[in-house]
Amino acid sequence: MLYKTIIGLEIHIEPNTNSKMFCSCPQNHFGAKPNSQTCPICLGLPGALPIANKEAINKTIKLGLALGSDISKISKFYRKHYFYPDLPKSFQTSQKDNPFCIGGELMGKKINHIHLEEDAGKLIHQDGNSLIDFNRSGCALIEMVTEPVFHNVEEVISFTKELQLIARYLDISNADMEKGTMRLEANISLSTDHGLQSTAKLPDYKVELKNINSFKFLEKALIAEIERQTIALDNSEKLVQETRGYDENTKTTFSQRTKADSHDYRYFVEPDLAEIKLENSKFEILNSKLPELPEQKRKRFAEQYKISSDYINILVSDFDRANYFEVAVKLDPSLTKSIADLMINKQFDKKYAAASLVRKLKEITNVEYSSQSDLEEAIREVLYESPDIVTSYKNGKGQVIGFLIGQVQKKLGGKGNPNMVNLKLTEELTNKNF
Amino acid sequence: MNNIPLTIKETQEGLKSKKFSAVELVDSYLAQIKKHNDEYNIFLTVTEELAYEKAKEIDQLGDFSNPLSGVVTSYKDIFLTKDVRTTAGSKILDSYIPQYSGTVVKKIEQAGGIMIGKLNCDAFAHGASGENSDYGATLNPWNREYVTGGSSSGSAASVAANMSLISLGSDTGGSTRQPANFCNLVGLKPTYGAISRYGVIAMSSSLDTVGSLAHTVDDIEIMYDVLKGEDGLDGNVLNARRYTLNPRPKLGIAKEYFIDGLDSEVENMILDVKKTYEKMGIEVVEISLPHTKYMVPVYYIIQPAEVSSNLGRFDGIRYGNDRNSFGEEAKRRIMLGSYVLSAGYYDAYYEKAMKVRTKIIGDFDEAFKTVDAIISPISPTPPFKLGENTKDPLKMYLEDLYTTSANIAGIPSLALPSTFSKSGLPIGFQLMGPRFSEHQLIELGKKYHQEIDYKPKTAF
Amino acid sequence: MAKLTKKEVQHIADLSNLTLTDEEIAKFTPQLDKIIEFIATLSEVDTTNVEPTSQTTGLTNVLREDEIKVDNMLTPETDYYKVPSILQNRS
Repeated sequence: MLYKTIIGLEIHIEPNTNSKMFCSCPQNHFGAKPNSQTCPICLGLPGALPIANKEAINKTIKLGLALGSDISKISKFYRKHYFYPDLPKSFQTSQKDNPFCIGGELMGKKINHIHLEEDAGKLIHQDGNSLIDFNRSGCALIEMVTEPVFHNVEEVISFTKELQLIARYLDISNADMEKGTMRLEANISLSTDHGLQSTAKLPDYKVELKNINSFKFLEKALIAEIERQTIALDNSEKLVQETRGYDENTKTTFSQRTKADSHDYRYFVEPDLAEIKLENSKFEILNSKLPELPEQKRKRFAEQYKISSDYINILVSDFDRANYFEVAVKLDPSLTKSIADLMINKQFDKKYAAASLVRKLKEITNVEYSSQSDLEEAIREVLYESPDIVTSYKNGKGQVIGFLIGQVQKKLGGKGNPNMVNLKLTEELTNKNF
Repeated sequence: MNNIPLTIKETQEGLKSKKFSAVELVDSYLAQIKKHNDEYNIFLTVTEELAYEKAKEIDQLGDFSNPLSGVVTSYKDIFLTKDVRTTAGSKILDSYIPQYSGTVVKKIEQAGGIMIGKLNCDAFAHGASGENSDYGATLNPWNREYVTGGSSSGSAASVAANMSLISLGSDTGGSTRQPANFCNLVGLKPTYGAISRYGVIAMSSSLDTVGSLAHTVDDIEIMYDVLKGEDGLDGNVLNARRYTLNPRPKLGIAKEYFIDGLDSEVENMILDVKKTYEKMGIEVVEISLPHTKYMVPVYYIIQPAEVSSNLGRFDGIRYGNDRNSFGEEAKRRIMLGSYVLSAGYYDAYYEKAMKVRTKIIGDFDEAFKTVDAIISPISPTPPFKLGENTKDPLKMYLEDLYTTSANIAGIPSLALPSTFSKSGLPIGFQLMGPRFSEHQLIELGKKYHQEIDYKPKTAF
Repeated sequence: MAKLTKKEVQHIADLSNLTLTDEEIAKFTPQLDKIIEFIATLSEVDTTNVEPTSQTTGLTNVLREDEIKVDNMLTPETDYYKVPSILQNRS
């Protein structure tokens, strides 16, 4: 039986602030010695009191603005109570009603809200003991909750990747799954109702997939879980509301035995934190223009530079590389294509500064050699004139390129820049459909 | 030293004129402690070495111009003192040694104060008599059969027993004013947000304040000026502008205060206070605080809710003992707190209480349009005997009738000793004013004590 | 007003992370009943259109500059805090 997959996401992003959410300990805890970045506040010691980090709020608002959310006029922090050793106060300071950002959308997927909270410590299991490291306790954490509007794994992956990119473009976080600065939880259920309206009934259960720390595992875990649920439903088994993790060894998901549905968090407004009034005077971010976002950049590159959409996607997916490209092209717009080629095919941007790369290219193309246009013309002619050779090349006989090079040089009177001839010829052979 | 001075002024004059040294002061206080502490159960920890160290320092410095130079101070055991055991009166923190000191402790240190020890109190500040301490009740120095009042039981007893000159308590629902009242001391509950709570073991976050106890209003004024102000660690503290005193203040007494449960001795004292002010040419009028009868229910929803939250961290994992070490009253309040916050009951109880709180604040705002301060009893009865109220927790809660309103509204209140009951126990009243009007209350308090020719007295 | 059942009191104890003996439950139940009855008198008050008060200062936007300060940090007492292994996961 074919079921409709329904997935909602909860994505946590650790903002790259200097200090934690409610105290002045360092926010960046990657690689730090355990329990070396703590104070009475993030240790939840008796008598300690929180004060909110302005920049963490700024970054949260920035994300909301970029995704078209409504920014609440008044926002409050709440205490969310539960007992667990990595939660030192036995409550997490988070948000409930009045989160900072309400609604929003990315790639056509609706966002429910974005809120700000503090993280718990880290538990490490060793020799029958659990060890707690509180370096992460009290770190600022931005949480985005989407509506249950994903219906296949690809959508989830591309959404998450785009969100990661946006976080980097906005400079709010590195959003690195492996380092834990971006974490994802997926709520999955299968429905027999294939109705397209949003009023289609949601199933009476959902399974929460947690502790996934890479895109690769995310994909596998989702697929494994959808399969498990499909089989269960096919066998008329009742699926329960639960939390599951993914086991790479067995390539299946496993239950994490929680009382997932019996949590009464006893929320109330945190009296130690004054409410936040989001006014332009206090939060300049509300007034400022946002930096260019990835989708905007892609559109602009397509208009401004004559390079393929594949190339554009690769460049835009890395904020620094896209910048490098633009700096280089500005130095010599006529070399646009070559710059893109060298960056993407030969990673030249890893070795050379933009100005150096351009200089090198100029050397290749200018000094005593045939012009770029003559060279390209010659290559086109040779390829056109030697279809059999091209076919041989395409069938795996790489060595025939030598013959083609010779032909090109003949046409150019030997004045072709060898490197450029090689490069261009290879490009034409692999890119064109002959 | 024969007569330990009972005011900061006398203490510092004595030190300046070399009548005695700071070390000799410490000698005298310690002698008092050694003589009476076992019987009255006032101090949980005596910091003899630290006191001498500080006293020597002060004597060497020779300059007694710091506001609290040479002033021997004691702290309710909910104030975190670095490297000095802090128990909160509970077995949970039996051997807890804090890694940092709270703001007010540091401020007093810097102002020249000499810490002499940590005081017994109702466990986690739950109580109105001192009988809820996991370390046994503190006895009233005026008469050992009677309670000291709570929860800052040790704070009041230590000053009344001449074991320290001033002390720090906390006031969440009357916990400084009530013991001050039962022990013949001046006590101040400041405006919520006047003094930093950083380093004070939290009980009810929106109600807790740092209270001070001393023999005179002058000394309370000095303490308040030392303690108040922003410290960058308690986000609710505000450096308020100095309150403009009204040269012709008007006082009010709420008609709702005169209820059946009000003891006639207390009622008479209030009427005497009225007459005294009138004799000074200060008008005293009747006002109304219509929601007075809801003070205690509001308090006993908000306070346990916040307490259940703040006490969640005591799980024995990283410090302290496990939750089975909680005393009965602590357990009761935690349970009540969880209940009123739980799904299905939150709206009817907690949210309702927060709304009624808004109305109560409204009552006071309205009243302060016509009067500058409100005269009120502190306890409905004179001090009661040990064991009298312990069987019925609800009866004990009603002790808080007059005191909880100031905490609910976040306003300051000054407790003033007035007279003694027929059975020889102290009876006093409180003056409540608008937020940050401490100096107005202090002025009115000084005037009152001047008029009745008040002289500080200790029990022994 | 319905009285608290033993089950309800047990549930409250669980929420509070308290382990109560049967005796304690028996003792607390009538006490809690009485207190709850008392606090329920608040239902008499008309609070239509009244906003709840979370704290009395009236302050807003109390914020901290995003700086690292080492003054308040504590030198670690231990490498890790140890707890006997947690079988159940947090939610």
